[in-house]
Amino acid sequence: MRLIKQNIERDGSGTVTLLPEEPEDMWHAHNLIATDDLLRASAIRRVVTESTTGSTTSTRVHTNLLIRVTGIEFDAQAGQLHVSGRVAEENKWVKSGAYHTLDLELQRNFTLEKSEGWDSVALDVVRESVKQDKEGTVPAVVMQEGLANICLITEHQTILKQRIETGIPRKRSGRTGDHDKGLTKFYQVTLETLARHVDITKPRPLLIASPGFTAAGFQKYILDEATRLGNKAVLSNKSNFIVVHSSSGHLHSLNEVLKSQQVLTKLKDTKYARETRYMDDFMTLLRKDDGRAWYGATEVEKAVEKGAVGPGGVLLINNSLFRSQEIGTRKRWVALVDTVREGGGDARILSSDHESGKRLEGLGGIGAILTFPLEDLDEEEEVEDTSPNMGTNQEQMII
Amino acid sequence: MSRHKIVKNLDLDDELDDFDGGEDYGYDEEEGEEKMRQGTIKVREALPPTAAHVTDKQVQEALWHYYYDVEKSVKYLVAASVPTTPKVLKKGAAGKKPEGGFISFGVCWSFGQSACNKASTLAGALYPDTCLKPFSFAEFFKDTPWLQVPTDRQTVFIDPIYPRLGLLGGSSDGVPKMSKLQALAAARKKKAQEQRANSNPTGEMSRAGLDKIDHSDLGDAGVGGMAPSGSALLQKPSARGFPLRKRKGLDEHESLPKAPVAIDDAGLNPPASPEDIPSAGQAEPSDFANTMFGSHSQTPRQSPDNLFTMPFAADIASIAANPFAGPSPDDIVIAAQSKAGKGGKGAPKSNGEKKAAQIAAGVEAMRIDDTPRAKSKHLDVLAEFGKAEAKNAANFVVIGHVDAGKSTLMGRLLYDLNVVDKRTIDRYRKEAEKMGKSSFALAWVLDQGSEERARGVTIDIATNTFETDKTSFTILDAPGHRDFIPNMIAGASQADFAVLVIDANTGSFESGLKGQTKEHALLVRSMGVQRIIIVVNKLDTVGWAEDRFTEISTQVSAFLIAAGFLSKNITFIPCSGLHGDNITRRSTEPAASWYQGPTLVEELDNSEPAGRALSKPLRLTIGDIFRGGVQNPLSISSRIESGSLQVGDALLVQPSSQKCFVKALEIDNEPVDWAVAGQNVTLHLSGIEEQYLKIGDVLCTPSNPIQNVKQFTAKVLAFEFLTPSQIDIHRGRLHTPGRIVEIVAVLDKHTGAVVGKKKPRVVKPGLIARIVVELEAPVPLEAPGRVVLRGNGETVAAGLLE
Repeated sequence: MRLIKQNIERDGSGTVTLLPEEPEDMWHAHNLIATDDLLRASAIRRVVTESTTGSTTSTRVHTNLLIRVTGIEFDAQAGQLHVSGRVAEENKWVKSGAYHTLDLELQRNFTLEKSEGWDSVALDVVRESVKQDKEGTVPAVVMQEGLANICLITEHQTILKQRIETGIPRKRSGRTGDHDKGLTKFYQVTLETLARHVDITKPRPLLIASPGFTAAGFQKYILDEATRLGNKAVLSNKSNFIVVHSSSGHLHSLNEVLKSQQVLTKLKDTKYARETRYMDDFMTLLRKDDGRAWYGATEVEKAVEKGAVGPGGVLLINNSLFRSQEIGTRKRWVALVDTVREGGGDARILSSDHESGKRLEGLGGIGAILTFPLEDLDEEEEVEDTSPNMGTNQEQMII
Repeated sequence: MSRHKIVKNLDLDDELDDFDGGEDYGYDEEEGEEKMRQGTIKVREALPPTAAHVTDKQVQEALWHYYYDVEKSVKYLVAASVPTTPKVLKKGAAGKKPEGGFISFGVCWSFGQSACNKASTLAGALYPDTCLKPFSFAEFFKDTPWLQVPTDRQTVFIDPIYPRLGLLGGSSDGVPKMSKLQALAAARKKKAQEQRANSNPTGEMSRAGLDKIDHSDLGDAGVGGMAPSGSALLQKPSARGFPLRKRKGLDEHESLPKAPVAIDDAGLNPPASPEDIPSAGQAEPSDFANTMFGSHSQTPRQSPDNLFTMPFAADIASIAANPFAGPSPDDIVIAAQSKAGKGGKGAPKSNGEKKAAQIAAGVEAMRIDDTPRAKSKHLDVLAEFGKAEAKNAANFVVIGHVDAGKSTLMGRLLYDLNVVDKRTIDRYRKEAEKMGKSSFALAWVLDQGSEERARGVTIDIATNTFETDKTSFTILDAPGHRDFIPNMIAGASQADFAVLVIDANTGSFESGLKGQTKEHALLVRSMGVQRIIIVVNKLDTVGWAEDRFTEISTQVSAFLIAAGFLSKNITFIPCSGLHGDNITRRSTEPAASWYQGPTLVEELDNSEPAGRALSKPLRLTIGDIFRGGVQNPLSISSRIESGSLQVGDALLVQPSSQKCFVKALEIDNEPVDWAVAGQNVTLHLSGIEEQYLKIGDVLCTPSNPIQNVKQFTAKVLAFEFLTPSQIDIHRGRLHTPGRIVEIVAVLDKHTGAVVGKKKPRVVKPGLIARIVVELEAPVPLEAPGRVVLRGNGETVAAGLLE
């Protein structure tokens, strides 16, 4: 995204004009635009004119519209953003108050004015979105026998491109051939689909992850096919096909993939690798259950209130919270982030479109590592301490 | 001349001229007449005075049938000419059961000899005994309360033969093609029949009844079968129902020729009408032929308004006593279909009463919509199972850390029990040596995948069966590697008990206890396995040291008891899988003489058979989908979890909610008619595409289907720290992603009462908690199913659905 013009007053009011250049920018716009904001962008509108005789003609006109946003819809796979709202500025063709849905387009400016002014989080998003040193997109195939998820890991989101499911006959005595045949077929379908979505000859890492030997088998299949077809471009890219272990073929296993050493050395300190690490740190502390890690909106707010997320403390917050349709909610989180930053803590905004963000979402979208331990943030008194014992008596367990 | 030339020079016309249907029998008509004349005289002489009224014609008819065997003919005639007293009795029965009550002898008697002759002309040739034996009705009904005639005494109607106009598409409505001889007989009989006048109401009635049966049994009798029912008996209610022509809307499967099993199914005695035993190679009459001739030949053409049959619901009421006269499921479906299609047009709905009845009939028709593809035998499976008295069957899963020697142990077991022959083992040994893995030869009995052999690890569950004197066992050899725990879960979910294999080597045991020895044991326990046999394997490598065995036993049993196994259900056996000590035979090693307990096979035999959930609705998780062969393009294998099924059953696949039919059923590669819970079956399915089936899907009865759920509450035992997080849910082969959305409470281990605060943030390992899990896509799950939750390659928790 390019910042065309920025006109922000001290009190936060003002406008910003941006030029989206690639689909990823739509994701930033999605995070930026909120309900009740004023958005100006070019639009194509069908205008119906009625002649004096009563016959109607409709024409499509290009025009610039200013709308007050009522709803936002983001299609991650296509990278499209549809913003609906009511026209706030009348022009030759459109009356004020008429409804219109703007489809933001690449290479066309849009101008945004925040209804509540530009807060720190919104400005962060703008800063983030106009950053030039983009981290590359990494394609990944997470698979297990009979199931493959082809996805693209971009800087800010993980986009599932295609899910492949084929039936592979299980091993049965006397019919070993069926299984091998089914597996080859599965590899073939996966490779074909992968080639449709991703250019595997590009010199960038391609992550192939699976439990067991499926990933290795698939890598071998790719190379065998390339050798058979004499595809030199693929063969020369051999070193970029990274086989990683994951515990299953479901997409959420990507967490493990991004944690693995092989991947980290290849991808260094990319944003998603960083976010995965934040979450891991948090989960480790949570497991210790020593009162330093908390999750959930009320608990974290209370901790921040008590000043527990000071220097050394970390606030993890999903950016989906800022996309809330209610202005009050967004304000509440922005205030929280500001408080933490003022107190010397670290506020990290995780992309809810990455697997790490999804993990945080499971915990209510917000978590905090405290500077000092706090107990009983969740109000209720602990009745008795249930220490983990494995029940040594001979009574039958309930499960 | 060469063979070739002979064939070439063969004059086909000549050859065919030689062939004449009649001459097949080597029969000369004149000679026959002479024989007949002499036979008649002889029979006349032999006949006792009581049978004096028998006509010449009858005598000749009888002779026809017995091929001039005088003795038999006489016997028959004597039997046939017993005075007509039973007629009264029969009429009483007929009054009560207008259609169904007739039994074959009744028909014979009521027509007097003519009917008998008629029947015997065609049917008698096949079942000469039908009319032969002197018969006492009093005897027959001695212990029978009226209207409750046991099904085995009821009989099928013998078709009172009308010579049918046979044209078009195979002709003559199921009557075998006549030979000259038969044609002659038929012609004579026809003459006799004409004399006897064409009004024999009873004949009409039984004919109508018969046609009905034909129809419901054969399904495809079509218009021809239905029309007569509109004639004598069923004319009165013709106001509603469906035009006859609609019956042609049969779906393809219904028009498949069906074997004449129906009669036997209904538990009736064999005397079947010739229609039920079609001669080989005879085509079914085409629908067109049926339309053209089946009805018109017998019934006067009716005005279109009258061309309605009686609705089936009304039929049921009138013929309730008839066990097979009710509409077959096929009929009901057709009725429902035609009703849906053209119901409005077909039925004049003048009064409300009729409408109500129609609705009732419609509802009934809608209820039974599970048309079986293969003909169901309608067995009482549970009764059959009770009768079968098979050996005890038990499934056990072999678990343990990777490289503990599970597959080798089982390979040895199968080898020693002669399930696998020596030649196979030798071949494996040779091949294994080539790959430099000679010690894997025994494991190859179970590890048959090419990748498994190349890498020397079990990847997927291997099943094999063997029998001891008491029990037939199914081995489920689980993979030990942590990556394949989903497969191990699939195996363990089918097991009645577990065999835990432990490597006694120094270091191996210790690493196993931290690894999959522990995880597997916890998993099988949480999947409901109560009994566990621990095989301390590879004791030969530590010189059969008793200390080592005791040390391992103490540690493992302490752990297992902590995991919730009862100590009486834990047994330890020292073994060597590679050499076969203490597996089927006692160890001959002097160093191992300290062990005097049972061998592995003896210990397996001690296991009690597990209870089967027979009476519960059918549940079956698909374990494998494959192509069962050319005949069976879509087959699945699985263990029946609860309920029973039989060939011809309609089943529902969840979560796709598609219906399919059981085309055939196999247990241990033997075709069977039924199967019950606990058995490992192969189902050949029809009526469904492969895309609607996935491994892990559930097959269930359409009448009591399993529900797809998007979210469930479960009581789980935490293996790791439990927080709201993303997890994989396993239930048998079912493997689906989801996440823990809420931890409701921590529960007391024994009482199930809520302990501590309400919404704990974290559940520590070893505690039991109630959690809410949300799934990415709806899957079939129901309480009290057992699920395993895994995340990041570790088993996080396992427990019961609530």
